[in-house]
Amino acid sequence: MSTTTTRVEETRWRTRLGGKRFVALVSRVRELGLIVVLLLIIALVSLQTPRFLTPGNFEQILLSIAILAIVAVGETMVILTRNVDLSVGSMVGMTAFVCADVLKNHPQTPVMLIIVLGCALGAMLGAVNGLIVALGRVPAIVATLGTLYLYRGLDSYIAGGTQVSAYDVPDSFLALATTHVLGIPALILFAAAIALIFAYLLRTTRAGRELYALGSNPDAARLAGLHRERLILLTFLLSGLLSGFAGVLWGARFATVDSGAATGLELQVVAAVVVGGVNIFGGSGTILGAMLGAIVLGTIDNALTLLKLSQFWLQAIDGAAILAAVTLDALITRWLQRRLVSGRQR
Amino acid sequence: MEIAAPQAAVPVIELVGVSKSFGAIQALKEVDLSLYAGEVHALVGENGAGKSTLVKILAGVHRPDRGLLKINGEAVELRSPAQAQAAGIAVIHQEPTLFPDLDVAENVFMGHQPRDRLGRIDWRRMYREVDQLLQSLGVELNVYLPVRGLSVADRQLVEIARALSQDARVLIMDEPTASLSPREVDDLFGIVEQLRARQVAILFVSHRLEEVFRLASRVTVLRDGQRVITAPAQVLTPEETIRHMVGRELAALFPKEEAAIGDVVLEVRHLTRAGVFRDVSFQLRRGEILGLAGLVGAGRTEVARVLFGIDQAESGEILIDGRVVAIRSPRDAMRYGIAYVPEDRHQQGLILDFSIAKNITLSILQRIARFSLVRSRQELKIAADYAERLRVRGGRLTQPVRALSGGNQQKVVLGKWLATEPRILILDEPTRGIDIGAKAEVHRIISELAARGLAILLISSELPEILAMSDRVLVMHEGRVSGLFSRAEADQEKVMLAATGQNSRESR
Repeated sequence: MSTTTTRVEETRWRTRLGGKRFVALVSRVRELGLIVVLLLIIALVSLQTPRFLTPGNFEQILLSIAILAIVAVGETMVILTRNVDLSVGSMVGMTAFVCADVLKNHPQTPVMLIIVLGCALGAMLGAVNGLIVALGRVPAIVATLGTLYLYRGLDSYIAGGTQVSAYDVPDSFLALATTHVLGIPALILFAAAIALIFAYLLRTTRAGRELYALGSNPDAARLAGLHRERLILLTFLLSGLLSGFAGVLWGARFATVDSGAATGLELQVVAAVVVGGVNIFGGSGTILGAMLGAIVLGTIDNALTLLKLSQFWLQAIDGAAILAAVTLDALITRWLQRRLVSGRQR
Repeated sequence: MEIAAPQAAVPVIELVGVSKSFGAIQALKEVDLSLYAGEVHALVGENGAGKSTLVKILAGVHRPDRGLLKINGEAVELRSPAQAQAAGIAVIHQEPTLFPDLDVAENVFMGHQPRDRLGRIDWRRMYREVDQLLQSLGVELNVYLPVRGLSVADRQLVEIARALSQDARVLIMDEPTASLSPREVDDLFGIVEQLRARQVAILFVSHRLEEVFRLASRVTVLRDGQRVITAPAQVLTPEETIRHMVGRELAALFPKEEAAIGDVVLEVRHLTRAGVFRDVSFQLRRGEILGLAGLVGAGRTEVARVLFGIDQAESGEILIDGRVVAIRSPRDAMRYGIAYVPEDRHQQGLILDFSIAKNITLSILQRIARFSLVRSRQELKIAADYAERLRVRGGRLTQPVRALSGGNQQKVVLGKWLATEPRILILDEPTRGIDIGAKAEVHRIISELAARGLAILLISSELPEILAMSDRVLVMHEGRVSGLFSRAEADQEKVMLAATGQNSRESR
C-alpha cells in the first residue's frame, strides 16, 4: 500500500516537474529563437566586415535602440491587453520639442525638472489615449491613429516652424545622453533599468498579471471581476509616460529638435515588440522579448550600414522580420496547442 | 407546492417573486427559488423556459425587474458579476471562460492572488495552494500547464477550483455536462458530491433528466418563465417532471390545414457527420410538413446545414425524387429546389440596410437582370407579389428591412426563399423571437405553402408549434433519431421523452 502511494506520488511529481520544464522551455522558445537569429546575423556579417564584431560597434547598436527600447516597454504593456498605441512617435516628438524649447527660453531650469516635465506631459497625452479607448470604447488602433496626427499637429503648432539646436540648450541637458557610468553610456543604462523594473512589476504585481488576463480573454476578465477600464487607462498612461521620458532623452541625444522629431518611430516600436514575440492579439509575450526584438532590428540596421547596403533595404527587411515573427508566432501557438492536447490524451 | 428542505432553516440564497422582461418578452414571472447549504437543487425546463435568465440573475449579470434576492435571509442587490462573486456565488458555465495563455494556477487565483508582505504575488504559495486544492478534489492536474489545450472537463475543474479558492458558498452549474464524455460526467459528479458534503449549495441546471435524478435532492421545474413545482427528487419521476415541463395550452396555435400528401421528394439514408449526428434517416413528401423536434444541441440544425450543402456528411445518402444526389454547396442545393431559412435571420437571412424589395430578390438576381443590370421595375413587381402573398406589413417595398418588426422581417426572409421557387423548404426556428400574433400568421403561411405542394422540414424547439403544424414528428436526441410519430400518435410527453432520450432507455 505504502509503496503504491510512493510510486503514485513519484510519478505525480515527475509529470508535474516535466510539465513545468516543458512549459518554461516553450515560453522561452521565442526568445531563444531571437538569440539564435541574432547570433546568425553576427556570424554572417562578421565574415563580411571586421569592423562589425567590436565592442565599440556593439555599444553603437545599443545606443541606437536605447530610446526606442524605452518606448517599446510601454508599447508591450499596451499590446498585452489587446490594444496598440500608435501615437508614441508623436508623443516622443512633442515632449522632445517642448522640453528643449523650455530649456532654450529658461536655460537655468534644472534637468531634473525637465525630466519631470517630460514625463508629466507624456503621461497626460497617454491618459487622453487611455480615456478614449477605455471609456469611449473606441478601438485603440483608430483612437491612437487619430492622436498620432493630433499630437503631431499640436507639436507643429507649438513649434511654429522653429527648431531648437544644440547651441540653444545647456550642456547639462546634453549630458543626459553623453554621460558614461562605469564606462557604459547612460542612455543604455536608462533603457536597461526601465526594462528590468517593468519586467519585474509585470511578474510580481496583480495589475501586471491582470494585463495578461485581460488580453488573453476579456470576457473571462470581466467575470473574474477585473477592472478593464482602469487597466487600459493604466497601460496607455504608462506608455505616454515612458514616451515622455524617451522624448526628454531624444532632445538630449539629437540636440537639434524640430516638430518632425521621432516621426515614424511608432512603427519601429511596434515592429520591435512584435518581432520580440509579444502576441499582437494580446495575452502573451515579455518585455525581455521586446528588448531582444529591438536589438535584432537594431543589429540588422547596423549591419546594413556597415555592409554599405542601401537604406532602402532596411524597411523591406524590417517588414520581412515582422512577417516572419508573426507567422512563427501563429505556428508556435498552433503547435503548442496540439502538443498540449495530445500530451493530455497520452 | 413548496416542500421545505431538511438541512437548514435559512436558505443560503433565495429568490422571492423575481420577474424579468426583455422588451416585450417576459422571461421570468414571479419565480421563487431557494438553495440550502449542502443540497443539490436541480433546475429543469424546456428550451426558453427561463433557466439561463435565472442563472444570470444569480450571477449578477442581469438584475430583476421585480422581486428580491436574499443571501442568508437578507435582501441584497447584485450589480455585477464581481459583486456576485464577492457574495460567495460562483458560476460554472457550459463553456468555461478562462485565460488560455495563463497556467492553471493563475487562472484559479486571477484577481485574488496570494501576496507577500510587500504586496508582491507569492507564486510558490499560489502553486502550492492550487495543487492542494486540486488534490483535495482528487484531481490530477498539472498546475503549471497553460489552460490552452485543456479539455472542457479539465477547464471545468479549473473553474470549480477557482470557486473554491474564493470560498464560494453557492455554486451554479449551467448545463455542465453538455460537452463531457460519460466518464468525465462521472468524475464531475464525484466532485459535486464532495462539494455537497462541504456544505456548498449547488444549483444544477440541466435538461438531462437521468443526471438530475442521480444527483439532485430537490427539483424545480420552470415553464414559460414561471415556476411550476419545487419538490424533493424522491417524490418525482422523470415522466412527471416532463409533464410539468411541457404542460401547455395548444388552443392559441394555428393548426395545419389538410393537404394532399404526394410522392417522396426528399429522402435521407443513414446520414452521418462525425461528432454531430449519426445514422439519420427519413422521408419527406410533397405537401407534407415534417416536424423536427429535439433539445438544443440535438443536431437538428446540423442536419439542415448538410441538406443545404453548407456542411458535408461523411456517410449516408441524400435522394431527391428517388435519385441519389451530391449537394456540395448551397448553390447545388438551390439547383435541386431546396431552400433553407436559417435560425438567425439577422446574421444569415437578411441584409438589414437593404430594402424589402432588394432582400426578396437577392437570391434571384439573374432572373430579374438583363445584361447584368438589375431592372428595378421587375424587382419591385416580383417583390410586391411576394410581399402581398405573405402580407408583409410596416412599410413600402423600398424601405430598409431594419425598420420592420421581427415577424415582418421573418416574412421577408420567407419571401426571399419562396422567390427561388423551391420544392423543399427547410425552416429553422421560424417563429423564434416574434410575437404571438405574427407567429400565428407565419404558421398560416407555412400551412398554405404545404397545401400548394411544398415539402417542408420544420425545425422548432417549441413543442406546441411542432405538434400543431406537423404531419409527422421526427425527434432527435444527441445526434440520433430517437422517435418518429404520426400526427395522431404525437403528444407533448411522448415527444419530450424521446427528446430527452428517456424512451430508448425504457425500450432497452
